[in-house]
This record gives sequence, C-alpha cells and structure tokens, in this order.
Amino acid sequence: MPQFLVGKAPFYDANYYNEEREFGLPRLLLKGHEELSAHILRSGIDAGFDLAFSNELRVDHSITCPIFTVRPQNDLPVVPVYTNIFAPPLPRPERFVKLGRALREIIGAWPGDLRVALIGTGHLSLELGGPRQFGQHGPDPDFDAQAVRWIANGDIDGCLASVTLGSLHAPGNATHGFMDFMLMMGAAGYSKADYVDSLDLFHTMEAYFTWYPNGVGG
Amino acid sequence: MSKYLVDKFLFTIDRDPDLVERYRADPAGTVAWWEAEKANRILNCIGGEASTWLSFTGEERDALSVHDHVTLFQLGAHPFLTLTLWIAMFERDYPEPLRMQRDFAARLAHFNLP
Repeated sequence: MPQFLVGKAPFYDANYYNEEREFGLPRLLLKGHEELSAHILRSGIDAGFDLAFSNELRVDHSITCPIFTVRPQNDLPVVPVYTNIFAPPLPRPERFVKLGRALREIIGAWPGDLRVALIGTGHLSLELGGPRQFGQHGPDPDFDAQAVRWIANGDIDGCLASVTLGSLHAPGNATHGFMDFMLMMGAAGYSKADYVDSLDLFHTMEAYFTWYPNGVGG
Repeated sequence: MSKYLVDKFLFTIDRDPDLVERYRADPAGTVAWWEAEKANRILNCIGGEASTWLSFTGEERDALSVHDHVTLFQLGAHPFLTLTLWIAMFERDYPEPLRMQRDFAARLAHFNLP
C-alpha cells in the first residue's frame, strides 16, 4: 500500500466496475502528462517524499469527479496523485500539509510553460460502514463548520493544532479524507481562499474552495 | 488473527461482478471455495508463487458465511469494504433508496466508536 502515489502514464482509463455499479459513473479515458509526472516524482523524491509511481493506473471517482465538475470536456492532461487516507497506518496530517507545500513548489519550478491547476478532493466529517452513516447531515456538523473556517482562512496552524490521526476518528470513521483538504491548505500556503462554498447534504457536507495565486485572470 | 484476509476477501469479491452474485446467492459455499482456492493467491503473482499461511479464524469464516456484517465490524473488517459490497448485494432487496444503508447502520448502533 503506497502512502503517496503519482501516476506516470500517457493515458489513464477511468472508473472501476464497482463505481459504475454504485455511483453510475461512466468509463472514460484521460490524457496523462508524463514529463510533468517525471518532474514531480524526481523533485518529490529528492525533497524527501518517497513517492510511489504507476505506469499503468486506472483512476477512480476521486480523479474523475473533479474533471466532470471543472473540465467536463476532459481535454487537458492530468497527473494523478493518490494519498492513503483509508488503509492504516496512514501518514500524519502534518505530512499531508508538507506534501501539499512541496507539490506547489515543485510545480512552480517546472520549467515548462504551462498553466497548472492543482486540484484536491477530500472529505469533511464522513462515516462509511459504521453506525453514523447516511444520516440527515454529515456525522459531525460542528467539525464541518470548523473545518470550513480553517480552510477558508488558510489557518494551517490552527488546524494542525486540533487535528491528529487519532482525533479524526471522532467526527466519523472516514474523516481521514480531511487530510487531503489539509494537503491543499499546504499548497495554498497561509492564504485565504478566494472562493468558498458548502452544501449541507444528507450524509455529508460538501465544500468547495478555490485559490487563484496570481489572480482570477492569472 | 487474520483481519487482513477478511479484507482481502471483501476486496476481491467486491471488484468482480460474478463473484458478487455468487457470494450473494451462496455465501457459505463461496467462502469455502475462496478460502481453499483463492485466499493464498497473491493478486499480482502466478499460482506457483502463492502464499502458504493464510486462513480465516473460525469466527471470521462463520461471519462471512452468513453475511453477518455486524460481527465483521466487531472483528475489525474495514467498514468501507463491507459497506460497498453489502450495497452491491442487498440494496436491490429494499423498497426505497437508502433504506438498506440505514438498516445497516441501525444494526451497528450499539457500537460507540468505529
């Protein structure tokens, strides 16, 4: 089980049979960007992250749902980065923040003339397969409200002071996916988000944040 | 303790549509077949390089053989694996959306923490 894995392939087939079955997701093919993958792997390993890689990777809804949402024409190359939020032992929250910070620096140092969007997907409080699943709201609305404030305000220190691997079980047994939001906080630095929205759905709260490091037009 | 093997069972059944139907229709037979033929198979290796040491505990085998998701939870099976497979097998038997998932949760209500 890799803790962090970077795809390094020219193409990625997408969505698994059990996602078609359970979520009704379609199959699709995404283009990769092997040069940027190689750059991220080389620089990430040199920066102290022993990144795993895959030359033949089928990607899942964590990659395809953001594509459906922000780029439904699916015409841009991607570099998938997977994190282990499900199979203990997991990296600690601090490690996710550091990886996010490193990814931003690594992408910024890429010599190619590309405009790159760093897209992260994670969870707020969430329970799957346990007694608190599929309620009228997420399992811990108070955690969700606090989490949205941490992310919106770029409050990395406040978040890290409150969140541990152990504490993340309390809001719901799948809440470790919040560490992917923490990765994005690391990438954003201490910046406030330019766009914040949240939807209190049954079962979980969905939240969306956008940062424009060089302005909306940049 | 073979919690890993329970998770391996749930994972390998869930990803294969034929095995999902087979486990739904014949849980005890599927568990016995899988433990005898598949439990020691390393997923990315040829048969000659199979493991030699994996088996279920009696409690695990019994729980899997009767679709007892409450005992699987108690034994520490990964709850996401169990849930996903249970949705695949049993959601169709319930009259309205989410009834199955809520029934699944209600049966776990006596557990305090995941």
